[in-house]
Amino acid sequence: MTEPVVSLEDAGLRYGETHVLHDLTFSMSEGDIVTVIGPNGAGKTSLIKLILGIEKPSSGHVRQRAGTRVGYVPQRMTLQPTLPLTVGRFLGLAGGDPSAIEAALARTGVAQLADESVHHLSGGEFQRVLLARAILRRPQLLVLDEPAQGLDVNGQSALYELIRSLRDELNCAVLTVSHDLHVVMASTDTVLCLNGHICCRGQPEQISQDPAFTQLFGENLANTLAVYHHHHNHSHDVHGETVP
Amino acid sequence: MIDLILNDFFWRAMAGGLMVATVAGPLGCFVVWRRMAYFGDTLAHSALLGIALGTAFQANLNLSIVLVCVLLAVILMLLSRQQSLASDTLLGILSHSSLAIGLVVLGMMQDFSIDLTGYLFGDLLAINQRDLLWIALGGAFILMLTVWLWRGLLMITIHEELATVEGHRTGLLRLALMLMLSLVIATAMKIVGVLLITALLIIPAAAARPLAATPERMAVIASLLGMGSVVAGMTLSWHVDTPAGPSVVVAAFGFFLLLWLVRARAPA
Repeated sequence: MTEPVVSLEDAGLRYGETHVLHDLTFSMSEGDIVTVIGPNGAGKTSLIKLILGIEKPSSGHVRQRAGTRVGYVPQRMTLQPTLPLTVGRFLGLAGGDPSAIEAALARTGVAQLADESVHHLSGGEFQRVLLARAILRRPQLLVLDEPAQGLDVNGQSALYELIRSLRDELNCAVLTVSHDLHVVMASTDTVLCLNGHICCRGQPEQISQDPAFTQLFGENLANTLAVYHHHHNHSHDVHGETVP
Repeated sequence: MIDLILNDFFWRAMAGGLMVATVAGPLGCFVVWRRMAYFGDTLAHSALLGIALGTAFQANLNLSIVLVCVLLAVILMLLSRQQSLASDTLLGILSHSSLAIGLVVLGMMQDFSIDLTGYLFGDLLAINQRDLLWIALGGAFILMLTVWLWRGLLMITIHEELATVEGHRTGLLRLALMLMLSLVIATAMKIVGVLLITALLIIPAAAARPLAATPERMAVIASLLGMGSVVAGMTLSWHVDTPAGPSVVVAAFGFFLLLWLVRARAPA
């Protein structure tokens, strides 16, 4: 078996006294699509920072396979209006020749925007530009932070469809953070339910029946995705700490 | 021709001004993009402290200015991590304190008969051949560093985390930018003085913004506008006998107003 692209072993992260993440163990290999869901403050963005190597774990280990090329689509990028930047130049900064840039933009459906200023793009267009920039590096690991934010339902499914087909093409591992449950459930292999630790994980059908999932997202929402119910093995107090 | 430039104080001043303007263009863009105008002011004010200390210890002035600027930049970086004070408060404290300490130390050395006005507002016409050599060497070094680090500097300005993921050494790049700013301040001081250096950095860059569609073009246009300001300001200074440093800044401001007015009148 080949080494996973990225693996976490009992990884934890804290800022000062605050434990943001603890006891995370999971790994991803080429072709995996993992979606992380969880309430606000669950540590989703911190998890991304751990995986990308922006933050070092305060306990345990996070390992990227040596030489892994990573594509990253950050959340809500605010661009300085004082900095003039065309889409083409923005992609050029990632390296790669003009024909590769053109191909990447075409692949995400925004070829016509190459000479446009990045300040004039809509939210959906900008997401696709960021995605084009990420695949320009031919990544083995693609990490997306709330990629569908601000898109309507059609835009969301189209984007997830695109991510899926990019996975097939590049054979990369894809980690997405999201809270658009409906779309996530329809277009991912593995769901990882996060609230400081991994509450539950599995295929979408499985997870929607997990009590921890119900606990986290409320009966109503969970019921629209599943009708199954059984005993909780733990719950969370007001601080998000696990109590038996 | 080279003889003329080296031996005539007017052409020496012109050559020095043009060199500083060339380097200040791209760096000024980073000051504008990264909202570092106040930071630049603080570094510039600390340059006076560098002069005071350099004079007191009879060290090379250019070197002591750069050292004090870099030291202050590092202190700022460390203090801003504490986050117990808002960064503009912190900058305000250090900016004016270093200016005041510099003035006090200089005041205590009356016998050195230092030309304070020259340091505060520049004494472009007093540039000697040695100064010109310093400006040329410092300027060439900064310009090479800017070109070499360009992509990384641009990436940490656009998105720091994306830059980290793409393998840029963000901490080193930030430090390099501060070092370059300190160097440009040390060289530009002779031209426009401590109080007006930030103007030479940000006004040409801001004026260039509406003319540019890419960061590279903005940097080049900022350099050209800076050079234009030096030529216009020096010419004004020559004919109307105005102080050279402030005249250069006034010329830059003139370009800025003109370009934004033209832009405002043109259909979008």
